[in-house]
Amino acid sequence: MINERDLFAALPAIDEAVNGRLHQRLVEAANAAGLLDVAYRTIETPVGTLLLAATAKGLVRVAYASEDHDLVLERLARDVSPRILRAPARLDGVAREIDEYFARRRSTFDVPLDLQLSHGFRRTVLSHLPEIGYGKTASYAAVAKAAGHPKAVRAVGSACASNPLPVIVPCHRVVRSDGTIGQYVGGVEAKHMLLALESTA
Amino acid sequence: MATKSIGVSQQPFEEIVAEHGPTVLRVCRAVLGPMDAEDAWSETFLAALRAYPRLRANSNIEAWLVTIAHRKALDHLRATSRRLVATDEVPERPAKDGSREGWESGLWEALEDLPLKQRQAIAYHYIVGMPYLQISEIVGGSEDAARRAAADGIATLRKTFSKGEAR
Repeated sequence: MINERDLFAALPAIDEAVNGRLHQRLVEAANAAGLLDVAYRTIETPVGTLLLAATAKGLVRVAYASEDHDLVLERLARDVSPRILRAPARLDGVAREIDEYFARRRSTFDVPLDLQLSHGFRRTVLSHLPEIGYGKTASYAAVAKAAGHPKAVRAVGSACASNPLPVIVPCHRVVRSDGTIGQYVGGVEAKHMLLALESTA
Repeated sequence: MATKSIGVSQQPFEEIVAEHGPTVLRVCRAVLGPMDAEDAWSETFLAALRAYPRLRANSNIEAWLVTIAHRKALDHLRATSRRLVATDEVPERPAKDGSREGWESGLWEALEDLPLKQRQAIAYHYIVGMPYLQISEIVGGSEDAARRAAADGIATLRKTFSKGEAR
């Protein structure tokens, strides 16, 4: 004699092995069908857990834990596409380069980037940041000048604060004209750590 | 105070998989058995991923997924019966990926002997918790017919399956 509850308790348990293989299969099928609009993974680094997200075009978002990864994913769903899956394979290359960077074996990143989350003057500012070489810094004023708007110093600050690709697009190398470090999307401590890492290379 | 909510935009699909994946798999298992359940699950979630950006705000996501799973299961059952007609023999397919693992002896055999409508009705009602009216909208027929199908199916299972021992 059974009751309904016993009957469905008798169905096989759904453990991590089952979930894992079904998820992997979905990721592969989605990728093959061109439906994996945003793939993401996390990576452990000396500045904490970073969220990495990529479209088919390239890396679209790097986020510090302090930005709240769940919230960042919700915003990616709104701003890019809700077709988002945890799919580490697309981010293997980026993750490797970030590991090498933190191990001081890499000074530039050469993964494809998707800058769709940045618009207008902010995007112009970000496009100039890679001109500040590894181990160097530039002032907000100098970046404003390089971006063609010498008076837009505050706008450079907000462009850096809203950089969707911190670490990779080096907004941490932008400091205040008086030599103090200034703000950072990942927190001042992370900015200190990145500048120290680069200066001792 | 700022809230985390960003309005009516959709959750990342990853959250949909995590939240509803297990229920949909249980439904696929109860309707299709060990051999085809994981294939049907995969097809369901791929189809859902494709359609997801067009899903109306405030939709019942679980009911939407079960409706897709229902259709994918029917596709499998049709393909299986075509195979049976074509080869005139029971296909002896080995379980892939250990999908037969963990099945209690006799459970699928007992479920498989039920008429399909009964299997569907008990899966959607007892696994998903769907009301019979909603079930009737998915499987066709009336609310009463869905309720009767579930009751008849459970009555049969009480005779044909007892937990932990084969018939």
